[in-house]
Amino acid sequence: MLQIPCAFCGLRDEIEFVCRGEVAARPADPMTTSDQDWAAYLYERDNPRGWLREYWLHVHGCAQLTLVRRNSLTNEVAT
Amino acid sequence: MTLEDFRLPGPPGRPLTFTFNARTYIGREGDTLASALLAHGVHFVARSFKYHRPRGFLAAGREEPNALVALGSGGRVDTNTQATCIELFAGLEARSINAWPSLRFDGGALLGRLGRFMPSGFYYKTFFWPSWHFFERHIRRAAGLGVAPTQVDPDRYDRPNRHCDVLVVGSGPAGLAAALERGRAGADVLLLEQEPEPGGTLRWDERPVDGVAASEWLGRILAELATLPNVTLLTRTVVVSHLDHNLLLAVQQAGEHGESGGQQLWHIRAGHVILATGAIERPLVFPDNDRPGIMLASAVRRYALQYQVAVGSRIVVATNNDDAYRTAQVLLAAGIQVAAIVDSRAHSDSVCQGVPIHRGAVITRTRGRQRVHQVQVRTLDGAQHWRIDCDAVAMSGGWNPTVQLFCQRGGKLRYDTEAVAFVPAECPPDVDIIGAAAGQGLVASSRTMPLWEVAPQLAPSAKQWVDFHNDVTVADIALAALENFQSVEHLKRYTTLGMAPDQGKTSNLNGLALLGERTGRAPGEVGTTTFRPPFVPLRFGVVGGRDRGALYHPSRRLPTDALQTGHGAQMADYGAWLRPAFYPAAGEDMAAAIHREVTAVRRAVGILDYSPLGKIQVVGAHAMTFLNQIVATNLATLKVGSARYSLTLTEGGIISDDGIVSRLGEDLYLLGTTSGAAERMYFLLEEWHQREAPSLSVRITNVTGHWGVLMLSGPKARELLGRCSLDFDPSAAAFPHMSVRQGHIEGIPVRASRVSFTGEVSFELAVPAGYAAALWRHFFAMGKDLGLAPIGIEALDVLRIEKGFIHVGGETDGSTVPDDVGYGAMCKNKKTDFIGRRTLALPALNGAERLQLIGLKPLDGTTPLAVGAQLAPSPQRPVTRLYGHVTSSVWSPTLAAPVALGMLAGGRQRGGERLFAWSAGAFRPVEVVDPRRYDPEGALLSG
Repeated sequence: MLQIPCAFCGLRDEIEFVCRGEVAARPADPMTTSDQDWAAYLYERDNPRGWLREYWLHVHGCAQLTLVRRNSLTNEVAT
Repeated sequence: MTLEDFRLPGPPGRPLTFTFNARTYIGREGDTLASALLAHGVHFVARSFKYHRPRGFLAAGREEPNALVALGSGGRVDTNTQATCIELFAGLEARSINAWPSLRFDGGALLGRLGRFMPSGFYYKTFFWPSWHFFERHIRRAAGLGVAPTQVDPDRYDRPNRHCDVLVVGSGPAGLAAALERGRAGADVLLLEQEPEPGGTLRWDERPVDGVAASEWLGRILAELATLPNVTLLTRTVVVSHLDHNLLLAVQQAGEHGESGGQQLWHIRAGHVILATGAIERPLVFPDNDRPGIMLASAVRRYALQYQVAVGSRIVVATNNDDAYRTAQVLLAAGIQVAAIVDSRAHSDSVCQGVPIHRGAVITRTRGRQRVHQVQVRTLDGAQHWRIDCDAVAMSGGWNPTVQLFCQRGGKLRYDTEAVAFVPAECPPDVDIIGAAAGQGLVASSRTMPLWEVAPQLAPSAKQWVDFHNDVTVADIALAALENFQSVEHLKRYTTLGMAPDQGKTSNLNGLALLGERTGRAPGEVGTTTFRPPFVPLRFGVVGGRDRGALYHPSRRLPTDALQTGHGAQMADYGAWLRPAFYPAAGEDMAAAIHREVTAVRRAVGILDYSPLGKIQVVGAHAMTFLNQIVATNLATLKVGSARYSLTLTEGGIISDDGIVSRLGEDLYLLGTTSGAAERMYFLLEEWHQREAPSLSVRITNVTGHWGVLMLSGPKARELLGRCSLDFDPSAAAFPHMSVRQGHIEGIPVRASRVSFTGEVSFELAVPAGYAAALWRHFFAMGKDLGLAPIGIEALDVLRIEKGFIHVGGETDGSTVPDDVGYGAMCKNKKTDFIGRRTLALPALNGAERLQLIGLKPLDGTTPLAVGAQLAPSPQRPVTRLYGHVTSSVWSPTLAAPVALGMLAGGRQRGGERLFAWSAGAFRPVEVVDPRRYDPEGALLSG
């Protein structure tokens, strides 16, 4: 089980969190975004082998989002 | 009772009486069940998994694949337990498994005689007609191990947590030295040992350490460790999992002996882990190498030295390395005859005084059904052969570092051709692996020469066992290679090699080397299979801990829960909540109760504890702007005191929840959610606020549990409410449909909403949860003469289906967008952005042939349609493409007819069409109708 560094509560066990997936920026004006770009925002993620940036939500803690860097190969975690 | 004929001279232990297969024996304190039985000359203790072959002890520790027994009775049956790890205690009762009617006369052994007809993949290739399931039950009974207990385990298991700077796994010489070094440096050290005493091989191996006798060295180290308060030693504690970020799970057997119960599962978070897990000896692969009496050489040595037990009186040693010579010497020193050493290495220079050594030779045959009594030995060139009588064989195929935990944590291995073993290569930074586990010591120094099997020309047609636990032979691996199984992972799945409790402990390298030989690859190229937790089998009970029964899934209870039994409620689980399903009166069944409850709402007044509805409070200067970004309904025009139906979508445009948004004050909104979605919706709002709208000034609070909600619904609901003391006007003119009022009822603060899920005039009265029971009792005191009846969730479902209201997750699924259920215009008319809005504009979500909400009327009688029934245009054959289906279906007491809702391709335009609902092989004629079967204009609910 991973340990996730919550920005507010410190290092806590993974079971206190929900991983909200790889960070993706929502287009600023969705209605002028092309179908392709919107679909990419919805469904396409890099899913890299190595370091990636994820949101983790501390649902059994402070209910705050934390941005976490995680290595998908080794599960190393950094902020 | 028999004598301990095979007990060697040594310190006498306290005698302990025990039984095995209903026969009484005497063992000694400090014995395992295995050593105590061996002291009586008992080798044959088990039948093998697949062929029911007679099997004895192979090992002396956790790697034992054969000697699995059952202990205990009732709910305390502990089955498939390794006899080599069971500490003997007075009164222990053990029995063999996988043998019927008895170990000696076993019906399943017939299978073993047919064994050559059961190669790898046999089940897949043979039992496919008429279907695998036809045979599965019988095969599962014939193959397999112990029988699971049918009673509930009465024991309780705890899951303690521990944090430490350094965790040392294994207390052999390497582990002790590491623990001492870190302990002296002041670290918080936890040292785990799976055996009852620390020391590992030091407890029985005679070799000196640092120039002093092993026992003296051990005593010295333990004495110093005992003086260090920062070092904790746990014995009888076996690490089963080594997980990410150095979380380790370890099962500790408490108490003095191996009785059932008394186990706990440690969750240990370690800053640094030092694995000193030692090495496990490999069996030699030769014909019929699985007979009782054929054991690992190191186990033979350990039984002699630690337990003072001779495993035989005339023993043959078979080896491909130097280490087994030490076993021969130990046996000679104990006065046991060593008949011969069979060394496959032609040019070995090892010697053993007074023992004939056959160099460059292997065992090509063994004899003895329930105990080995003779081996045949042949030189590898076939030129010479001998028959040697014996009653045990000590074999050694070399040593494998115990790397299971290391690999679970992500450690990488390399194949070492000198050591003839996979040894650790790359280590995670917070893990060290030392000693024999790192490939040092006897792993490196035994001068092992690979010998993976006995060549077929020396041993025609005999079975050579690779995996004793799963009954996998050389021939099975050869067949898999012939059928083009190249990957060792595929080999494992096809042949079951190294699966289950074995986890590659004794079989791994032999198996993959054999695959490599047949596919032209070295072991290093073949690689190992993935080692998975747990390292040793563990009980379900210890995994479950205290999370069982009511604690496994705690139910949330209504504020009026204590009153519900008084009304005769039949309670049931609805998501997290325990809620009344229906209230059967005397002599009523479920259908009759629902009929009466529905009728009460339609003609008088019903009451329901509606507290599980989610309530998210949003307050702040930007509350409207914020909520308007969440829901698909336009809130910009919502006035204080009004309520509006809202849908929440996913960013993909799919309906994820529905509910009522109420504006209670200028900056105070309440978002209602369905009962199961309160948590999810709360976190959606939190995440959206933090991620997409941090500049908006709002506070979000989940107040679901704070408010108890009682719903009054029916034509007499207002009359009942009017009998109470209120500081707001409940009249239709002053308090119209879709509005909210804050005030007091009988002096209790209340948020009253006029919304309706039943189709009748309804009031949802939210009071601080602690007042809900009192208010419930008050309504019954005031409303008996009005026909007030409690209604359950089942009646509520009937009421909303009659009315054609959707249930998110019932009518809708993971593909339903608002337009599919009639809310397309509501979303289109909203001119500001909300979650999912952009996706609704994609062409795929706007086709005319999408599944749309419809009502369905059966044309063939009074039985409700089956929920899930598929719609078809003709009764000839069911459609296979997406066409339509029944989503909700009940008997309607109000219409005295079955009613149903469904989703149908282009359904809104197809009213009046005749279709057929197909379910369980039958077609039923149905007519497509308006989903609103009751009061389609909604005149009643607004009244």
